Amino acid sequence: MSAITVTSLDERIRRSIGADGGASTTQEYFVNMGPQHPSTHGVLRLVLKLDGENVREVIPVLGYIHRGVEKMGEHLSYRQFVHLTDRLDYLSALANNWAVAKAVEKAANIETNERIETIRTIVAELQRIASHQLWWGVFGMDLGAFTPFLYGFRDREKISDILEETIGARLTMNYIQPGGVMFDIHPDFQRKVKEFLTYFRPKLEEYETLLTQNVIVQERMRGVGVLTAEKAVSMGATGPVLRASGVAHDLRRSEPYGVYAKAAFDVPVGRNGDCWDRYWVRIEEIRQSMRIIEQLIDNIPEGKHLVVKPAVRTKVPEGIHYSQVETARGIFGVMLVSDGKDVPYRIHVRTPNFNNLWTVTETAPGWRVADLVTIISSLDIVVPDIDR
Amino acid sequence: MSSWEVKTIAQRAAEAMPESVLAGAGYVLLAVGFAAAFMALMGMALIYAERKVAAHFQCRLGPMRVGPHGIFQTVADTIKLLFKEDIVPSQSDKLLHLFAPYLSMMATLLALLVLPMSPVVQIADMNIGVLYVTAVTGFGVLGVLLAGWSSNNKWSLLGAMRAGAQIISYEVSATMALLVVVMFSGSMQLSKIVESQAEGWWIWRAPVIGLVSFVIFLIASLAEISRTPFDLPEGESELTAGFHTEYSGLRFAMFFLAEFINMFIVAGMAATLFLGGWMPFHIGGFDTFNSVMDLLPPGAWFSLKSGLVVFLIMWFRWTFPRLRVDQLMKLEWKILLPIGFVNLFAAAASVVFGWYFFPIR
Amino acid sequence: MEANELISTVQSLEPAATLRDKVDRPAMSVPKESVPALMRRLRDEPALSFDMLCAHTAIDWHNENRIELVYQLYSTKHRHYLAVFVSLLRDMPVVTSVSDVWRIAEWQEREVYDMFGVLYRSHPDLRRILLDDDWKGFPLRKDYKDEFMLEAPK
Repeated sequence: MSAITVTSLDERIRRSIGADGGASTTQEYFVNMGPQHPSTHGVLRLVLKLDGENVREVIPVLGYIHRGVEKMGEHLSYRQFVHLTDRLDYLSALANNWAVAKAVEKAANIETNERIETIRTIVAELQRIASHQLWWGVFGMDLGAFTPFLYGFRDREKISDILEETIGARLTMNYIQPGGVMFDIHPDFQRKVKEFLTYFRPKLEEYETLLTQNVIVQERMRGVGVLTAEKAVSMGATGPVLRASGVAHDLRRSEPYGVYAKAAFDVPVGRNGDCWDRYWVRIEEIRQSMRIIEQLIDNIPEGKHLVVKPAVRTKVPEGIHYSQVETARGIFGVMLVSDGKDVPYRIHVRTPNFNNLWTVTETAPGWRVADLVTIISSLDIVVPDIDR
Repeated sequence: MSSWEVKTIAQRAAEAMPESVLAGAGYVLLAVGFAAAFMALMGMALIYAERKVAAHFQCRLGPMRVGPHGIFQTVADTIKLLFKEDIVPSQSDKLLHLFAPYLSMMATLLALLVLPMSPVVQIADMNIGVLYVTAVTGFGVLGVLLAGWSSNNKWSLLGAMRAGAQIISYEVSATMALLVVVMFSGSMQLSKIVESQAEGWWIWRAPVIGLVSFVIFLIASLAEISRTPFDLPEGESELTAGFHTEYSGLRFAMFFLAEFINMFIVAGMAATLFLGGWMPFHIGGFDTFNSVMDLLPPGAWFSLKSGLVVFLIMWFRWTFPRLRVDQLMKLEWKILLPIGFVNLFAAAASVVFGWYFFPIR
Repeated sequence: MEANELISTVQSLEPAATLRDKVDRPAMSVPKESVPALMRRLRDEPALSFDMLCAHTAIDWHNENRIELVYQLYSTKHRHYLAVFVSLLRDMPVVTSVSDVWRIAEWQEREVYDMFGVLYRSHPDLRRILLDDDWKGFPLRKDYKDEFMLEAPK
């Protein structure tokens, strides 16, 4: 017992002073990047050890918006807990809802129908596009180009409008619930989605012209923040971050849920694991998501949109039930520990960002402050998802 | 043009000074007053223009509420900035912290004095005009460095250090490009340089060389005034706001104003040196064409040309992302400077052998 | 690898491992003494090669006076899952860290420490991760109370 000491942040920083054995050429110093900083995308705090402009060490300090979602979940019914999940990664709210719904359905043996699964797949893919659009805009802004931000939001607005019509919310969409979806799709849904696809395809090319093909952008991204495949796996990275490193692990492909098995799509995989690959993988994912939607949008089968009565007190049989989905950022997993009651005994959410962020401690040292911003942005973090 | 009796305010002041100190001082006050008023008005106009240009690049409208098409938005913003609390961090070097914005502003003001905006609107016409502009704009880095240092904030210091390295490096290239024009026109006096372009502008009169030095000058000056893609000293996504992180209210406004007027000065200098300044678009030998061009007054020509360069600079800002520090230095020392040197030699040769599209009479 | 094959392979590595039932994927309970060595073999054994620690968390069974750790393992090579359960005494939850087997364990174990007070031997940087350094108590334990907490609605 006595051998185990619990340290503090101050102690951690103190330990870091001079720890790299004279690699620094100037006197090293510490700065706080965040909790209020334009490019930490929320209240994330990174303690940086700098040597001039060079980053020597990154110490992430988390928890500024920790809300105790898991503790709250122990007092809420399963259906109520769905509403908390879209406050985690608000850009993948639908996928998060889906993870819980899937876990409950699997545990309580609820059979959904084809219509529900198709609708779920389409809205989740729409939101994946929206999420990547937002990321693209913010990524541009982190590199110092303002215009992409507005372009990204302009196009994201279209998706928000489509989803708002059906779901009734633009950000925290509690749409997917155990046993179906909250409402049936709006009569205009299919038409508008198709309109969006025809609208957005040339816009995506515009994105490429504006940012991807810019020589400064390429200079800023190529070779920066390389994450090898081995390290990415060991550090628990998932989603585009993992795939950019060359590991083709996509739940939509490896264990298809929803109707992903029916749709043809590619899993874009990077080669070097640098910022450029992470960028490219996401842009390519937008294309693939559009492909998926295109195949499904005309083939939504008839049926009910909810197969069970929306009961708040759904009872789940005793046991441990695990489900995971691929959100825009990686694998979002839910572990339900049920003791047979209508409230979970324990609920654990495995969030992609918490694990993805950890890779920054590995990739950032040796690069400059400006690169650190690029690297963090290329991880596409959402802070509420990290802090839970 | 030579029929006009052009006297700058500075000349008038110098003439009046021996007879009456009061009259001389009056002229000096007039000059400073004019420059300051011009600076304030121009600053506001440029900020409005920047916001509108940005807005239209980004598929939105920009300020629309205050006045027709929001033209009084900057006035409202200025008033807001004037009344904001001037926060001085308690651990800062107070004297320097308060003094730094003035230094920045002063450099800008001094450079503005020699800019020939038309044959009659030029406050001072020095015979070392080009050298003077280079000298006083270089002075501005002092304000930035002091601001970053005195704020006692590591982000500010990083920004200031970046600014120092960047501005001093790029000054070399900018000066190299200026020297080309000085060589061509045989004078450092800005009014003489403008007059030397009566036959054709330097950007295209000397084959390629003029264009190359124009491009170098534009890039280097962008870096000197820290505009995108060289806005590393501010780099708000990296350094929050760089050297002016700790400034607020009026002092922040001073940095802001200095930045925008610097943009105008760069545009004005580029117009004066490479695009003929207030000189109408002339082609040597085509007298009818030239006289048609003369219909537009020189002031309008200058405004058009500098406006074009200002728009170009804004275009860059709303299109490009930011370079990294090492890439910035690489661009200067490994690319721009060698090209600048070669260009300078080529310019010297072309002056010696008289390789002009339109030879000097 | 099929579930029963997977389980028998794990049992051949660690005879003390028993099947953990009521879990919807292959799950084993192992004694806490075997944790770092077994985990390393799970990762290195070519037939298993569990190279990713998807999630690591704990469940507080406070009626049974034990805390159960859960290691969710995944193999990107063979695409199979395994959940490893380790029971600890609630009063003295000590286990050896696996942060040198999977890098991410460093953070996940810090979170488990933060929420359940599980102490990890030879952890490189054991401190709270989501809560303040001076926080009292471990919130996800069932008997946790503080002045901000509301009673659960009946």
